[in-house]
Formats: sequence, structure tokens, C-alpha cells
Amino acid sequence: MEHAIQEVTFHHEPGGKEVVKKIIRTTIILSVITIIELGMGLGMYAIPMAAGLKLFLKGVIVILSIAKAFYIVGVFMHLGEELKNLIMTIVFPLMLFIWFIAAFLYEGNSWKNLRNTYSPKQSVTAPAAQQPAEEKH
Amino acid sequence: MATAQAHADTKWWSGGKSPFNVEYGKLMMWYFLMSDAFTFGAFLISYGTIRFSQNYWPDPNEVFNAFPLAGHANLPLAFVSLMTFILIVSSVTMVLAVHAGHNMDKKGVIKWMIWTVIGGIAFLSCQAWEWAHLITGEHAVLINGEIENIGTTVTKNPWGPAANVAGHDGHHVGTPGPVAFGGYFFGITGFHGFHVLSGVVINIVMLIMAMNGTFERKGQYWMIEKAGLYWHFVDLVWVFVFLCFYLI
Repeated sequence: MEHAIQEVTFHHEPGGKEVVKKIIRTTIILSVITIIELGMGLGMYAIPMAAGLKLFLKGVIVILSIAKAFYIVGVFMHLGEELKNLIMTIVFPLMLFIWFIAAFLYEGNSWKNLRNTYSPKQSVTAPAAQQPAEEKH
Repeated sequence: MATAQAHADTKWWSGGKSPFNVEYGKLMMWYFLMSDAFTFGAFLISYGTIRFSQNYWPDPNEVFNAFPLAGHANLPLAFVSLMTFILIVSSVTMVLAVHAGHNMDKKGVIKWMIWTVIGGIAFLSCQAWEWAHLITGEHAVLINGEIENIGTTVTKNPWGPAANVAGHDGHHVGTPGPVAFGGYFFGITGFHGFHVLSGVVINIVMLIMAMNGTFERKGQYWMIEKAGLYWHFVDLVWVFVFLCFYLI
């Protein structure tokens, strides 16, 4: 090799049948999770239920989807076999999503509440009372 | 394991070697995919924001209940389940191609790449059918006191709350739903479909290169691995598109 710097120091071991077994096991896990998700999605449609229970089921489906993502990235994309430093440079920035999702869904919900409680008459009759409150921002 | 021991003993950051122990192209593919995850994340979160700001949002079980050649049978989520399984299976055939590449098995790589390409094309065909069905499938909707037949497009949405009026065919008539529904659905599934399309093109190029023996001469199948990362990412994004548009 002419290059002084080697890109890859250690290669992953090729592996044989146990790798294929792992792939098949992951496939089965992904399929089963998908079937459970579909069952819950259809259940919300077919069986009348309280809004709270529906929300709970939706939460469970979200968690199951994150589990699917974990299996795809960890096993199919082999991220689990890389060095920890490399994993962290990819996973750590994605934590922004926690704030991103919470902030924007809160914002959307706030729009809904403001629209639903907004009344044009109120703002016409009482503009003087609202003016000072707005300046404080 | 011997490799694990070697990993622990290596001074990765003392220079002279790649501290991440991966080839440059693969590392950059990972960072590209991370940025692409933010793009898709932004789209889906924008969709969620608008959905949270609406008092009414169409039920996916009612919108996506058609199946090719099944006529007007009510089969909620059946077709999209098929699409999801096609994509999962094509992801599996891709990882088998990568595995065959690790073992320098040219025939195995070619076989599994062909299956992956077929899976990708099947998924795209399904999506084409679904789009065509949504755009051309018209529903009676009460607009300004008159009944109109409209399909789902980026400017029209027939999936609003039901009106208290029965159509001449006995079906209940709806009212227009939020227009953002069609825009987000076609925008995001279209952006994902374009990723699938480019993935299929990349996979076909990899298949041709593998058939020509390019990778065999190079002594490694790293390109298959990088194409594989992209293809799995497309599957990963579908998990969340499926979640946001069809399940919840």
C-alpha cells in the first residue's frame, strides 16, 4: 500500500451461518411487531373505545415503531458492530428530535386552542385592555 | 473474541489510522443518512404540528381501505401492509447481499441484489397504484350547499366529517376535510418514493458492477455495503411514514 494511513485497521469477521440466523431472527421480530401494530391500528377502528385508551394504544404503537427502527439500524445496518465513538457521533445529534417533536406538537396544539377560543368580537370591543399586555413580550 | 481484545488495546486517536475504523465512503454515507433523517423528521414533525392544530383529521382506516381488484370491499390497511412487508423483505434480501459480499460470494451477491431490485420496483408499483386510486377515486362531498364529486389531491380533501345528507345512491355525503392532508400525504410519501426510486437505480448499478466482476477484482464488496446502508435507511423512513400516516 502506498498510503501511509490505513482507513480500516480491523475488518469485521465475515461470519457464516450464525449471521444468517441472526438476520432471519430479526426478520421475524420485525414482522411480528408490524402485525401487532396493524392489529392495534385495526382495533382502534373496529372496536369503539374511549379517547384515553385510543391515545394509549397510539403511544404503544409509537414505542413499537421505535423498537423496529432500533432493530433495522442495529442489525441490518450493523451500527451495533461499529466503534462506540462512531455510534455516538450519529446517535447523539439525533437527540435533538426529543426537543423538536415536543416543541412543535405543543405549538400545533396551542394553535388549535387559540383558534377555537378566538372570537373576533372580543378583540374589537376590548383592544385597549389587550394592548399593554402585548407590549410586555 | 480476538478482535474485541484488539479493539480495546488500540490507541485509536494516536494517529496513523482511521479513528473510527471505517472506510471514508461508509462514514460519509452514515453522516448523509443522519442529515436525511433530519429532513424526513422535519417533514413528519411539520405534518404532526398541522395535524395537532386541526379539530378534525381523517381516519386512515377509512381513507386507505382499497385493494387492487377488490372493488369496493372495505379492507382497511390491507394494501399498505402488503407494501410494508415488501419493503421489509427487500431490506432482508439486501442484508443477505451484504453478507454474501463479506464472504466474497459473487453469485450470492448477484442473486440477492436481483431480489432487492425486484422488491423496490414492486413497492414503487404499489405506491403508483395507491396514488392513482386516491387521486381518481371520487367521493360525494357537500360544498357550499351542493354535492360535488372530488378525489384526494393537494387542493381537495373529501375526507371531512359526515354531513347530515344522504346522496342519491344511499351513501352518506361528507364535507371537505383539511386540505393539508393531501399535501402532506403526497409530499412525504412522494419524497420517500423518490428515495426508493434512487435506491433502486443505485442497486441496479451495484448489480451490474457485481456481474462485471468489478468488486471481485477490487477484492472487496464495500460498495454493496454502502448501497445497503442507503436501502435500509429507506426502509427505516418507511417505518415512520407508515406510523404517522396509516397507523395513528
